[in-house]
Amino acid sequence: MQPTDIRNPDYFHKVVDCQWACPAHTAVPEYIRMVAGRRYADAYMLNWQSNVFPGILGRTCDRPCEPACRRGRVEKEPVAICRLKRVAADYKGDIRNRLPRAPAHRNGKRVALVGGGPASLTVARDLAPEGYELVLFDTAARAGGMIRSQIPKFRLPEQVIDEEVGYILDLGVKTELGTTITSMKSLLAENYDAIFVGCGAPRGRDLDLPGRHAAPGQIHLGLDWLASVAFGHVKEIGRRVIVLGGGNTAMDCCRSARRLGGVEVSVVVRSGFTEMKASPWEKEEAMEEGIPILNFLVPKEFRVDDGALKGVLFEKVAAQYDANGRRRLVPTGEPEVMMPCDDVLIAVGQENAFPWIERDIGITFDRWDMPIVDETTMQSTHPRVFFGGDAAFGAKNIIWAVAHGHEAAISIDLLCRGEDIAKRPPPLVNLVSQKMGIHEWSYDNVVSDDLRYRVPHREHEVALSDIAVEVELGFDEETAFAEAERCFNCDVQTVFTDRLCIECDACTDICPTDCITFTANGEEPELRRRLAAPAHDIDQALYVSGGLKTGRVMVKDENLCLHCSLCAERCPTGAWDMQRFLLEPALAGHGCSHRPEKRAA
Amino acid sequence: MTFVPKPKLSHPELPKNSLGLTRRDYEGAVSTLCAGCGHDSISAAIIRAFFELDLPPHRIAKLSGIGCSSKTPTYFLGRAHGFNSVHGRMPAVATGANLANRELVYIGVSGDGDSASIGLGQFAHAMRRDVNMVYIVENNGVYGLTKGQFSATADVGAKSKRGVTNTESSIDLAAMALVLGASFVARSFSGDKAQLVPLIKAAVLHRGAAFIDCISPCVAFNNHAGSTKSYDYVREHNEAVDSLDVIIGREEITADYEPGTVETVVLHDGSTLRLRKLAPDYNVHDRVAALAHIQDRERAGEIATGLLYVGPESKDLHENLNTVAAPLASLSDAELCPGEAALETLNAALR
Repeated sequence: MQPTDIRNPDYFHKVVDCQWACPAHTAVPEYIRMVAGRRYADAYMLNWQSNVFPGILGRTCDRPCEPACRRGRVEKEPVAICRLKRVAADYKGDIRNRLPRAPAHRNGKRVALVGGGPASLTVARDLAPEGYELVLFDTAARAGGMIRSQIPKFRLPEQVIDEEVGYILDLGVKTELGTTITSMKSLLAENYDAIFVGCGAPRGRDLDLPGRHAAPGQIHLGLDWLASVAFGHVKEIGRRVIVLGGGNTAMDCCRSARRLGGVEVSVVVRSGFTEMKASPWEKEEAMEEGIPILNFLVPKEFRVDDGALKGVLFEKVAAQYDANGRRRLVPTGEPEVMMPCDDVLIAVGQENAFPWIERDIGITFDRWDMPIVDETTMQSTHPRVFFGGDAAFGAKNIIWAVAHGHEAAISIDLLCRGEDIAKRPPPLVNLVSQKMGIHEWSYDNVVSDDLRYRVPHREHEVALSDIAVEVELGFDEETAFAEAERCFNCDVQTVFTDRLCIECDACTDICPTDCITFTANGEEPELRRRLAAPAHDIDQALYVSGGLKTGRVMVKDENLCLHCSLCAERCPTGAWDMQRFLLEPALAGHGCSHRPEKRAA
Repeated sequence: MTFVPKPKLSHPELPKNSLGLTRRDYEGAVSTLCAGCGHDSISAAIIRAFFELDLPPHRIAKLSGIGCSSKTPTYFLGRAHGFNSVHGRMPAVATGANLANRELVYIGVSGDGDSASIGLGQFAHAMRRDVNMVYIVENNGVYGLTKGQFSATADVGAKSKRGVTNTESSIDLAAMALVLGASFVARSFSGDKAQLVPLIKAAVLHRGAAFIDCISPCVAFNNHAGSTKSYDYVREHNEAVDSLDVIIGREEITADYEPGTVETVVLHDGSTLRLRKLAPDYNVHDRVAALAHIQDRERAGEIATGLLYVGPESKDLHENLNTVAAPLASLSDAELCPGEAALETLNAALR
């Protein structure tokens, strides 16, 4: 293999698995260290810069970082990254004087934002300080989009939304709330320099089964029902409730129903338990509230008698896999199951709908009736129209909406400056030795043996009695510290300098996870088989040095490195060093001069 | 010195031996020796060898004297018995322990100061008594703890870190062990685990005194140009006589070798040592020839390593003394001290 090029920012970025997995590439270990150091406001600002909604995401993020967390590969569970973000938000104090202010001078460019959800708000946050005039349109009376309409208050209190949406609107964003955009053509005619579409995927998918429309007061679309609950239009539900669907919306539906009078609430899913789309922790929390999840049942009919819903009829199925591993749900032939109920919530997916975009104005739609959007620039086929969030590629989640928003903001900024939007600005990358003394590092390199801490929950009786009472209480400072200490600091990289190595084996001998091997070079697949410990995960890089004195090379499997510094501590020549890798993805604005104030390590 | 403990987390696919233990279970505390010390590599080799031999850690006793090398038993086999003795007196303590309990596996770790200077007499008698033990000398040619004076194993002409040339004749402990009658003599290098681990395994399986002179560079005081015990010098001048595979138990031997290139030695427990010859015509069973070869290579400026000599099934200390089969430590007071009447009978028999 060729010696690894560690000057390529992607190499060490990939080693920080959590940051690499995060769509917004938040520097996770960096903020976890800040939390451990009780620098909550600093941790909050780092998050705010990167993911815009730390308090909201600290409660609701889909957390792609956690399955990626290296800790989960060495012991049972990853670091509670998401909940440590909430800790930063909970204990940050007043950070308003650290936020950018609306600029005194505008740059004369106008941008329209369609939809007031996380994608549009991110574009607004990134562009407002640059002097753009932003106009945000939303049908609802308050900005926030699906964050406000879909996420139940027991998971995300209203004041957290108000606070973080407020930080953005306070940057001088003009809002046109209660306004529905009905024609893209006329919006384009208003001569905005750019239009960003972040209106989400607002339509709940329906189930066209017999009886669907026979009891309209008792069969609801989950998405609409959640919005009605959120805005206080719906305050109760029947005693027996069936929720159809296995995604996170279904979980929000069932738990909301449980708080509005539903006593026997069950979730019924076509697929098996493990294939359900809902995040594992959301399923867990629903089950803890006494909600059974019933699998392999396909709804066939809504039984309605005299306009009153009696129940739902289900067919039992089993999963069969064909030669290509594709799953089919095949009826088992067992008798159908009739489940009596008073209300049904249909949460089987959500769809995009763009009835307000004319099809003859230069915005091309594909055969699924979705706009064609560039995945990097977020630009549609119309040069001034950009898409982001669920509106761009279908329903995803908040953190993806934020990532789209950042990219769209960069594109809009480049467009308005008359630059090529395909030329993306590079991230800021910094790699600094953490050595402070012979065996002293500027980070806490002791690896904690603690298992993942659970976030305390409010007791069921209280939690289930009021839909506005937040279930999770958040970590206290002591637990947050202990949980933060579980982070391996994967951003503190093991950097190897081959010309200093005397091949004494000290690093291989001390490495707790047998990452390091000195051996003859070879092709990667063959080399992987010759290492000190199995290295099957080809997505995890091998760090290969140049030739050493004996003609061998140093090969380090990055997969299970604990970043404990022992290789560097036992190295007599300093061939190993621990260097902190900091990567901040580019944001809209004029190069580095607009970067936020420098943070100390 | 490293202050942090080694993390308990390990590679999830770490192999287990027949006792269900991983290599990590054979480790000790984190080393407090200088970073890069050859001794730490030897500790790692010992850990690997005992793990691969499936030996229960609590049936092992590790003994040492004084010095950098003698600190190392803290850094391996944390669950074994240990005795850190007086300077140079490890062999006496090991002999006593072995007499008291012949069922433990004994590993003595010493250094060139501990064994070639203050404990030279002790070393000699452990060899000639053929105490059933592994005796490893971690040989770096300097007194590291007192800042790098030449030790008795420093070669004539070697330069110290301060530029002083050694003029005193050096003691070759492997050659001495041969002369003194040790039944297993090897030399190795801390930087070559492929050679060292099988040698330690063979030494453990061998019955009798198994001596390994292991050159172990002192990174702080003896790893410079002009040193004859530096990583670079030893790598350049290392001439192995053979390469060893240890086959535990009565496993079938399947590998094919050219006739005459492999020597097979069956040990008392049925395990097999397979020696691939690297020096032509080298006879590992010929004590005199081994001695000649070592000295011939030394004169040529080279270092002969590998398994240098293994005797025919030797008689160990217990056989020579005709002790009972059961460990003395397991005998009851009545058996150990049969009383006045028995003494009278014995005395009477001698009158």
